[in-house]
Amino acid sequence: MTHWFAIIMGAALFTLMIPVIYRIWVGPTSFDRILGVNVIGTKTAVLLVIIGTLFDRVEMFVDFAISYALLNFVGAIVISRYLNRTISLKEMEAEEKKGAKKR
Amino acid sequence: MISLSGSFACLASAATEAGSSESGFLVLQIIGILMGALGLVFFLGAAVGLVRFPDFYTRMHAAGKGDTLSTMLMLAGFGLVTMEDFSLGSWLLLIKIMAVVLFIYLTSPTSSHALMRAAFEDDEMPMTEDELKKAKGGKRRKKS
Repeated sequence: MTHWFAIIMGAALFTLMIPVIYRIWVGPTSFDRILGVNVIGTKTAVLLVIIGTLFDRVEMFVDFAISYALLNFVGAIVISRYLNRTISLKEMEAEEKKGAKKR
Repeated sequence: MISLSGSFACLASAATEAGSSESGFLVLQIIGILMGALGLVFFLGAAVGLVRFPDFYTRMHAAGKGDTLSTMLMLAGFGLVTMEDFSLGSWLLLIKIMAVVLFIYLTSPTSSHALMRAAFEDDEMPMTEDELKKAKGGKRRKKS
């Protein structure tokens, strides 16, 4: 019963990931794509626990899930910081050029 | 392909063995299965909102809330389902899975907030009501 529950749940998770992949594919801005990647990365932690249930090795796969969630969090923070910093640097350069022209 | 079908047969035999040797604690398993199904419902809401909402901030709203709650519910449900006997190992497993739940409870809203702040400082403006009406009118004209 536990194995059938895990199989059905994993199949449903994969089916529900398809709309999120659609949003990553056609997202108008880059932030939409990062959002979809973040959602899929969070769901991968659940999928790792499901795979561990199927192989009867949950105590090993839970550690993988912890490390994967940690990497996902750090990646999301780093990417958002990176986009923020690059855009603001471009704006700063444009403002400096405007100020130089005025002078 | 052959190996794939073989692994599925292996999984099916393991499932029948687990069903035959299942002893007790049916209440915990039923509660865990209900929590997992509820988590799937919330993830369905998050996926539908991620596809259908018109703006980046509304999509962020759907994804942030639905993703966090569905992940927590599914992991807690699996922690209850895999608890077969109340030995030391199973208690340790439950505590580990609850640590993952606590970690996601702390980090998933934080990462959504950082992403939203980056988008707001990038001059990504929220959609106003007039733009929404325009977009809806355009869709209706295209359909009719």
